[in-house]
Amino acid sequence: MSWTLIGSITDIPRRGARCVETPRGKVAVFRTAEDRIFAIEDHCPHKGGPLSQGIVHGAAVTCPLHNWVISLETGKALGADEGSVRAIPIKLEGEQLFIALASEAKAHRAA
Amino acid sequence: MMENLVVIGNGMAPGRMLEHLLETSRGRYAVTIFNAEPRVNYDRIMLSPVLSGEKSYEQIIIHGDGWYIKNGITLYKGHKIVAIDRDAKTVTSDHGVVESYDKLVIATGSVPFILPVPGHNLPGVLSYRDLDDVNAMLLAAQSRAKAVVIGGGLLGLEAAAGLEAQGMDVTVLHLMPTLMERQLDPAAGYLLQRAIEDRGIKVICKANTKSILGDRKVEGVELADGRIIPATLVVMAAGIKPNAGLAKAAGIATNRGILVDAGMQTSDPDIYSVGECAEVGGHVYGLVAPLYEMARVAAAHLADGKSTAAFVHNDTPTKLKVTGIELFSLGDFADGEDRHEIVLRDASAGVYKRLVLKDNRIIGTVLYGETADGAWFNDLKKKQVDISDMRDTLIFGQAYQGGTPLDPMAAVAVLPDDAEICGCNGVCKGKIVGAIQEKGLTSLDDVRAHTKASASCGSCTGLVEQLMSLTLGEAFNPTAVQPMCGCTSLGHDDVRRLIKAKSLKNIYAVMQELEWSTSCGCAKCRPALNYYLVCDWPGEYADDYQSRFINERVHANIQKNGTYSVVPRMWGGVTSANELRAIADVVDKFNIPTVKVTGGQRIDMLGVKKEDLPAVWADLGKAGFVSGHAYAKGLRTVKTCVGTDWCRFGTQDSTGFGIRIEKFMWGSWTPAKVKMAVSGCPRNCAEATCKDVGVICVDSGYEIHFAGAAGLDIKGTEVLGLVKTEDEALEVIVALVQMYREQARYLERIYKWAKRVTTDEIRRQILDDIEKRRGFYERFIHSQKFAQVDPWSERVSGLHKHEFKPMATIGIADAAE
Repeated sequence: MSWTLIGSITDIPRRGARCVETPRGKVAVFRTAEDRIFAIEDHCPHKGGPLSQGIVHGAAVTCPLHNWVISLETGKALGADEGSVRAIPIKLEGEQLFIALASEAKAHRAA
Repeated sequence: MMENLVVIGNGMAPGRMLEHLLETSRGRYAVTIFNAEPRVNYDRIMLSPVLSGEKSYEQIIIHGDGWYIKNGITLYKGHKIVAIDRDAKTVTSDHGVVESYDKLVIATGSVPFILPVPGHNLPGVLSYRDLDDVNAMLLAAQSRAKAVVIGGGLLGLEAAAGLEAQGMDVTVLHLMPTLMERQLDPAAGYLLQRAIEDRGIKVICKANTKSILGDRKVEGVELADGRIIPATLVVMAAGIKPNAGLAKAAGIATNRGILVDAGMQTSDPDIYSVGECAEVGGHVYGLVAPLYEMARVAAAHLADGKSTAAFVHNDTPTKLKVTGIELFSLGDFADGEDRHEIVLRDASAGVYKRLVLKDNRIIGTVLYGETADGAWFNDLKKKQVDISDMRDTLIFGQAYQGGTPLDPMAAVAVLPDDAEICGCNGVCKGKIVGAIQEKGLTSLDDVRAHTKASASCGSCTGLVEQLMSLTLGEAFNPTAVQPMCGCTSLGHDDVRRLIKAKSLKNIYAVMQELEWSTSCGCAKCRPALNYYLVCDWPGEYADDYQSRFINERVHANIQKNGTYSVVPRMWGGVTSANELRAIADVVDKFNIPTVKVTGGQRIDMLGVKKEDLPAVWADLGKAGFVSGHAYAKGLRTVKTCVGTDWCRFGTQDSTGFGIRIEKFMWGSWTPAKVKMAVSGCPRNCAEATCKDVGVICVDSGYEIHFAGAAGLDIKGTEVLGLVKTEDEALEVIVALVQMYREQARYLERIYKWAKRVTTDEIRRQILDDIEKRRGFYERFIHSQKFAQVDPWSERVSGLHKHEFKPMATIGIADAAE
């Protein structure tokens, strides 16, 4: 697996998210109240809403378009809704965040 | 012949190591210790009680001078080792003493992290590591002056409590939003902050230290936001780093600390390392339990070259050594989908307990206020006990297996007698309970008749019923309340009243005091709580952006494809050639696909990319535009007709009045959106009679309408009343909206609120009771002082930059490299 540096954990507010542009679409990167980190496709299984824009609570996010609640750990919809998005491997080294994409890639940090 | 064992450092880890070694292999080594501090081995954990005056230095000595003599150990006090010669196998001290070794143990501990800000080396800036620091602090404390502690972690808070106990006026600066964030979740961090503040210590979180001020000595600390905190003593407790410099200079492998294997051996087989300077299995440690474990392992290897003793990582519980504060934290307490949490809050006792479970086993624990069961939870975690059988009662602790759950009415039970329950009629808890008892009241109507509580807007009905249940017991059967969400059993009205009655001023306070069943809330309750707090504590509550819906976070409306729409304010629906030109230029420059006239008499630009928003606002701002709040649960538009300016039927200046209302009220947050209109005559071209608030101008004055709807429901407005002057009309409208702001449930439009409260009651409070109206009006004006800031220009200036650009871009071109 090849890891790509995407920035620092401090770039993301607690209970918040940022997105990363990749050749295969946007990836949403989350930071919970307790500094756990997650990455999933930024695309709600319902109607493609940008999950990175939702409200983060516990280890879940509520989609801003129609309030589906998606688990950050599995990418699966919670509650009565059915569907899932891909979870992307992510790791934290010190303060640095890395995600693993299928192909070789290098990140440009946003200024 | 005895081998020479040389130990560099005389802290708790090497002290313990020597004790083990003397037990198993007395006589094998001639031991020499070099201590950079001019004293014997003492208990560093007990420095805080020394600082607070609860213990003396003598009481915390572990090994007195006699111990070294009795055991034939040579101790060089005040000798710092400056070089290790691994070829000659010697060490050299700063006083020139050279000692040769067969085995060497490096236990140089850690050094405090000193923020590299200007002024960090001024006299009066101290760290908090050893007895010298404590003595210096005690000396400074004699002045009874002001002290600042930088760092709200374990060490910093202990230092702050100690200095406060010595009579200093202490402020703690902490970079993160909650105290001890590495050991505590935000809920427990809130309780801790409250307890610390109760002792008279000021706490400033999110405090970024910019510089330490002073000419020849410390005079104060300046924060990045410009605040200056005067101080004659500054204690840096912002963390520690392993002291590995000496080992590194001698060519021993180091990373963050001195690298050792599980047997505590460094890259040089004759050299071991223990304590805070050692890095084993990727971890460095600062708490005593693992350091003692290192000591045990190193002693075993020094005693027997073939020992298999190995250091194993174990989570160590954290406790705070401040008298009167009970706090315990262990393991991993983050939540997640494969994890379950059990939360117990007891608001009256100030208790918060949280267990994090995975596969029916405890993986993390946070206890606040009552920590007696910490050891038991630690034991269950260590042994990986399956807790399925005791799951329901686990949180009550070992002694209470089989205990009953807490009383759901606890929050009301603990309210003081003078807590105001009914805001409309100013009725306190004591009066209600007294009336129930003295007059033998048994129904809600009786209570309303005798006390007036819950007799007006009715939003305190739930609380009054809970008081009746408390007083009357099972004899009273309250009506069911719809809970706000799955995190609480309280309804919106109860929560709103309790926020006021208990002076709860942040989300963590609400969740703790009202005994929320989750640690972090959900997407339903968080935006509601945020609104209630914004509304109830203007100027005091810091808006929690992460609890706002995306539209209110980025001040634009999200569209189905993830782009946004932008609607600038057009006051009263009036525009000009310059404004239209600016909009046209923005549309061209940013390739905005759709431009549409809205139903609220303004212009909507649809399909703006999120990254472009700040630049779009910057251009619009140059033409004088501000945000139209078309995305907000707040004041949206005030539609107008042209009134006496142009219209041959106009009776008043409806355009001017609409603009006046909009300029007066923009920026205010409300439970749900508020749309208004002013028509200049009863022909009603501005369609004021289906708005949340509307005005129909007539010859004799202004007819005020409200509670209309033209959305999911269609409903004509109710008439509130007729007033003679524009000034009076403005005051009535503002008071009405403020009453709605203070009483309605989140997401409840005015017409639904009015139906609950009744038009008569609203009319009584706004039109008949002049004093009450004035009160609402004044509170709205106060609130506007903090609300009328254009969110667009704030963001053009760089606020919340992170919202508008991707964190990183991974391109295809890069992928090919």
